[in-house]
Amino acid sequence: MSDAKNVVTTREDLDDGVLVVLSGEVDLVRSPALRSELMTILDASPARVVVDLSGVPLMDSSGVATLIEVLQIQRSSGGKLVLCGLQEKVQSVFEISRLTEVFTIVSDRDSARSA
Amino acid sequence: MDASEEIVIRFFSQPRNFCAVRAAAEAAALAWRVDEVSAGQVKLALTEALANVAKHGYQGRTDQPICVRLAPEQRDGRPGLAITIEDRCKDVDLEKIKSRPLDEIRPGGLGVHIIEQTMDEVEYTTNPGGEGVRLRMCKFAGPLERNAD
Repeated sequence: MSDAKNVVTTREDLDDGVLVVLSGEVDLVRSPALRSELMTILDASPARVVVDLSGVPLMDSSGVATLIEVLQIQRSSGGKLVLCGLQEKVQSVFEISRLTEVFTIVSDRDSARSA
Repeated sequence: MDASEEIVIRFFSQPRNFCAVRAAAEAAALAWRVDEVSAGQVKLALTEALANVAKHGYQGRTDQPICVRLAPEQRDGRPGLAITIEDRCKDVDLEKIKSRPLDEIRPGGLGVHIIEQTMDEVEYTTNPGGEGVRLRMCKFAGPLERNAD
């Protein structure tokens, strides 16, 4: 599924930030839309951004690059980026790229709220 | 390989086309008895390879030709498939197609690394006609040979 729309299906305010729920494959077609959505969220300088990837069956390096960019912005402003709910195939992309120690990755949304 | 089993897909370098092509490759892998995890890796590797052709080879042009060939392949009794991606990109230096150091935490440059890590065999050559690049990559059922150690 490479419809560029609706990559972010839910956006919910947290006590200290924002929860973003993604859906569908995140690839070269959909990464620009994801980047745009996340950059808009970062404009408000949230202390915590949680990205729920449980609805993402495939993420390629363009999606990973988008999340690295968000991570760097968050770090530079003293904020956090937490990823949760990674499916096995998406988890493997982060493992292959040796990024599991770079990102804060937790199992579910509840864990992400306090990670 | 029985030539009658080869699947050939020709399409333009419009990234919206890639979704259907990678789905076909994953389905072919499963049909040719590649396990589900490996078939998922085939899908990911093809996604990265096509993105590289579109972004770097054709520099974002969406009207350029790409041909993907899928064929059953075996190695040491393990079923698998070979994927060949042919483009008409000009002035590509094959020596420059390589992964970047992973200790650099920055966006971009991970595609070649992901391809190399997920596929058992990866080979870039120039097309026989002299124009464009041919990437042939194979995946076989079971654990990765190169990661066996």
